Amino acid sequence: MASSSIPAGGHVDPTRRDFLMVATGAMGAIGTIAVAWPFINNLNPAADTLALSTVEVNVAPVQVGQAITVKWRGKPLFIRHRTPEEIKAAEAVPMSELRDPQTDNSRVTDTAKKVRPEWLIMIGVCTHLGCVPLGNNPGDPKGEFGGWFCPCHGSMYDTSGRIRKGPAPLNLAIPGYLFTSDTLVRVG
Amino acid sequence: MASSHGTPPVFNNKVIAWIDHRLPIFSYMEKEYHHFPTPRNFNYFWNFGAIATVMLVLMIATGIVLATNYTPHTTMAFDSVERIMRDVPSGWLIRYLHMTGASFFFIAVYIHIFRGLYYGSYKSPRELLWILGVVILLLMMATAFMGYVLPWGQMSFWGATVITSLFTAIPVVGDSITTWLWGGFAIDNPTLNRFYALHYLLPFVIVGVVALHVVALHVHGSNNPLGIDVKGPQDTVPFHPYYTMKDGFGVMVFLIIYAGFAFFAPNYLGDPANYIQANPLATPTHIVPEWYFLPFYAILRAIPNKLGGVLAMFGSIAVLFVLPWLDTSRVRSASFRPIYKWFVFVLVADVFLLGVCGANPPEGWYVPLAQIGTLYYFFHFLILLPVLGKIERPLPLPPSIADAVLKKNAG
Repeated sequence: MASSSIPAGGHVDPTRRDFLMVATGAMGAIGTIAVAWPFINNLNPAADTLALSTVEVNVAPVQVGQAITVKWRGKPLFIRHRTPEEIKAAEAVPMSELRDPQTDNSRVTDTAKKVRPEWLIMIGVCTHLGCVPLGNNPGDPKGEFGGWFCPCHGSMYDTSGRIRKGPAPLNLAIPGYLFTSDTLVRVG
Repeated sequence: MASSHGTPPVFNNKVIAWIDHRLPIFSYMEKEYHHFPTPRNFNYFWNFGAIATVMLVLMIATGIVLATNYTPHTTMAFDSVERIMRDVPSGWLIRYLHMTGASFFFIAVYIHIFRGLYYGSYKSPRELLWILGVVILLLMMATAFMGYVLPWGQMSFWGATVITSLFTAIPVVGDSITTWLWGGFAIDNPTLNRFYALHYLLPFVIVGVVALHVVALHVHGSNNPLGIDVKGPQDTVPFHPYYTMKDGFGVMVFLIIYAGFAFFAPNYLGDPANYIQANPLATPTHIVPEWYFLPFYAILRAIPNKLGGVLAMFGSIAVLFVLPWLDTSRVRSASFRPIYKWFVFVLVADVFLLGVCGANPPEGWYVPLAQIGTLYYFFHFLILLPVLGKIERPLPLPPSIADAVLKKNAG
């Protein structure tokens, strides 16, 4: 047993017992985390879910003015092949009019910094409470701004998918996407 | 004997004192797991109750996590298990821990039972404690049996078919009972679904019976290797820190061996036939249960009569229920019973022999060996124990535990 004299200040040198207690406690804590980790990690997405997290879409068949909806990560992905009029209208909107100011240019740039304004690729989930807005199918109401209209509470998005009217706080989200060729786009 | 309504314990922490005054969990823990007087002469055989409890918790934890990914339908069960093994993060580990854990749970429980047999822990006043233990064993066997069906491999299906078909041996109502068990005319989806529900349920029933088992233990305290009663505080040490630490050490050693199997030889104790999807139209060459059922399987097949075999198999566990009354000796521990001591080892060897017979097809030498093994098993419990207790001359018991311990250290 280590002998320790108590100096005038009252501080006692740590004993072997103190060292053992702290060391055991630390090892115990590390061990507990090491055992708990696989159980917690187990609930993370599995390999099959992760495999579906990236989708490659061939947009060649989508005509100008046409739009398609693709399922991605369980949610609808809106891909619209915009007309030159829609692009011009989107670019003409001043930032001061927007609840969530974003330039049209920034919304049509892929992860390799390539700008292709004719392709608008967005997650088709209204940023208010999560309904799928109308406007992607022919005959759908498009709202006052020519983009999308959410029937649940009346949010209206413009030709760049930005919120213009109604309760939604944010623009329709743009996922990270990359044009791997002229007609192939990889999302996610 | 400490009274349960003496001076109330004083806690410095105000929050703990407030809770304890309303729900005395802290003073309960202090009394039962801190100060609890425990015989000072435990050997490592006394560790296995705690080890079994740790394994129970581990099996429930891994089982619940597996349940988040398993599908209990005949068309998807096998594939869902393979998905767990390949796609789910750490799924392979959780599955192997659960698989190997079942085996090690039985290893711990069988050693725990051996301790009871050798040291007379089933004798008065611990008869009910022993009986509760046998109930736990039965529940474990039911749970393990149903759990093995869930992966829906060949052995899952055919092992289940063989064992559930046993009930057709019951005269008059056998077929109806078996159809009722199956929920159909053979093992199929209804059976799988209900086995899954029951397999999820029974472990919690086991937890309840384990709680009763521990409460029963704490009424009179633990037995000890000498088998003599505690005479006073000089015979005991407080449970904490002596046995919390000793049990902790033993649990660690056990878990190391368990981890060795789970990580490096997870399929060693299993049957490769279960990695083939269940096929109701093709029986595997040899139907074999998991190793922990082999002795009972051997007893079942040893009797040439169908109903006789079933009765013998259930009888082999039934004798355990009445063991406290079969053994007439007034001495608990086999350390002081020079003749009985050797017969306990013979029984262990006999159970191993039966296990080997159960693992092999009932041909050649295995047939008479299994029959001799079965005969000895029932002879041991039904004839040997009652007779030996009356005619054996036990060795003189030491006056007290402290006496024996001090004498051993002085010598």
